[in-house]
Amino acid sequence: MIVLLSLAWKSLRNRLLTTSLTVLSIGLSMALLLGVENVRVGARESFANTISQTDLIVGARGGSLQLLLYSVFRIGQATNNISYESYQHWKNHPAVAWTIPYSLGDSHRGFRVVGTTEDFYQHLRFRRDRRLEFAAGRSPQGVFDVVLGSDVAAALNYKLGDKIVISHGVAAGRGIADNDHADKPFTVSGILKKTATPVDRSLYIQLEGISAVHIDWADGAPPMPGEEVPASKIAKENMKVEQITSFLLRCKTRIATLQLQREINTYREEAMQAIIPGVTLQELWRTIGYAEDALQVVTLFVILVGLLGMLVSLYTSLNERRREMAILRVIGAGPGKIIALLVLESGLLALAGCLLGVVMIYGLSFIFQPIVEQQFGLYVPVQPPTPAGWLYLGAVLLAGILIGFVPAWKAYRNTLADGLSIRV
Amino acid sequence: MSAPAVVLRDVRFRYRSGPEILDIPELTIARGERVFLFGPSGSGKTTLLGLLAGVLAGYTGSVEVLGQDMAKLRGSARDAFRGTHIGYIFQQFNLIPYLTVRENITLPGRLQPARGKQAGDVNAVAQRLGIASLLERGVTELSVGQQQRVAAARALLGGPELLIADEPTSALDFDHRERFLELLFENCALANATLLFVSHDRSLAGKFDRQLSLVDFNRAQRQEPAA
Repeated sequence: MIVLLSLAWKSLRNRLLTTSLTVLSIGLSMALLLGVENVRVGARESFANTISQTDLIVGARGGSLQLLLYSVFRIGQATNNISYESYQHWKNHPAVAWTIPYSLGDSHRGFRVVGTTEDFYQHLRFRRDRRLEFAAGRSPQGVFDVVLGSDVAAALNYKLGDKIVISHGVAAGRGIADNDHADKPFTVSGILKKTATPVDRSLYIQLEGISAVHIDWADGAPPMPGEEVPASKIAKENMKVEQITSFLLRCKTRIATLQLQREINTYREEAMQAIIPGVTLQELWRTIGYAEDALQVVTLFVILVGLLGMLVSLYTSLNERRREMAILRVIGAGPGKIIALLVLESGLLALAGCLLGVVMIYGLSFIFQPIVEQQFGLYVPVQPPTPAGWLYLGAVLLAGILIGFVPAWKAYRNTLADGLSIRV
Repeated sequence: MSAPAVVLRDVRFRYRSGPEILDIPELTIARGERVFLFGPSGSGKTTLLGLLAGVLAGYTGSVEVLGQDMAKLRGSARDAFRGTHIGYIFQQFNLIPYLTVRENITLPGRLQPARGKQAGDVNAVAQRLGIASLLERGVTELSVGQQQRVAAARALLGGPELLIADEPTSALDFDHRERFLELLFENCALANATLLFVSHDRSLAGKFDRQLSLVDFNRAQRQEPAA
């Protein structure tokens, strides 16, 4: 076996160009497969990392996925708000450690404006235990202070002290002029450091700020002329918060979570729902699982093409190698050894391809990780292959060995037919 | 007294449903003999060698090589027998292109442990054949004459009892041919090997103990109507 292995190795080395091309094609497809797997895992972790240490998300009754999406990922909109009284009720519940209220519905040039409180800056955690930090300035102190997520600051080129106007509604792009809260400009008081989560793509003001810009609005329409309340007459103390959109909640003990969830869901005063983020994320994965499967199938075909390339190169090399096979036979190598030689060759090619694939995916993730995180907010981990990744590696190796039997069988037939008379 | 090197009795052979190639009532080659076998192309020389080497099967009659009835050996046992007891030299292109000279010479011994055990000193064999200085070279760098000597070294190393050479000199010019033959004789004598030398070049025949014309003892060829 050692002899055959060294023969196989030297034979491959002898055909350096085809060998390296074959290894490269298998390596590339392997890297693609592992890369897709890493991105998939990375996407899941990114999503899961967006929110940490939050036991429940609470909002008006409706779709649980919708609540998760608009509360955490700033995707979609709430159909209903919940009253501030109910929020206060749960905030002061003995089982609750902290809450972060969100009031949504306004935007600034396509970025969402979130009304919240000091709790947001104190308690929000992402990627296990990282907390929000300021790149500049500090949290809003007044009603018309605004804090920017890092992407917002970068995209709109804002700095501390800039005045900005927020718009009613969350339509992408510029707000409709009529809907602008132009009479009540905000001042940038702080800019957050990058988190690589949706936090970066929002603006943050106080809950009272949301109330302030809507103080003279009635039934969702701008004030009639003459009924406007100028910003100068607004003070935080006079602002009454009447409703919020949703809130994040942390229990004092994990055990209390399920009990509290049940309590909220059956709250008599108001129709509310509480969801466990992890559970709802699982629902989300099930929903988009089809797209992942499709991607997976495509990469599997890429692998298949790589392996077929190997088959073709081994098979076509056989004609040039008839002489070699006859020599091997005449010096005592039986058909078994001829077959073993070719199977070893394809096995070695597949092994080299797999190794190259792993090396490439390590290198590529190392190089591109910061770029991908910057551009897409997707944190792709540089890590050894996942269990699924190992499975793919093993399967490709096995397939490589099995494919070797095709040229091996052909070579065996050749040696039988040729005997000792070899056509050159 | 050991058995003769080759004994054939009533051997008939055809490829699949093709015409009969061989029909040999009797052929015996004694141990240590140096036999020159000749015949025109298509007279069945290579087929006969295939039977002796145990590469071709499906004949009738009996083929005994070194006392071993080849029909009684199956599959890998036949390959092992050939690898251990028979040395074989082709007309040309005898060598595995991606191995060095030394690796080519020692390959039979590495493939067949029984032959590896009795393998002598590679350097000594190479010395006798005048290729000692080439041992670490790649075989593609060698001239045809050098390649044939390497092939002879490989066939001789490990002391096979029977050496079969299928037109080994046809690719060589006159001087090289003479020299190659001398080396072959010397080394066969040293190894006490029987030599079956096939060629259509009758000018070499006089140097051998015995000359065999395949057409004379292969009835299959005589029955062919002359065209």
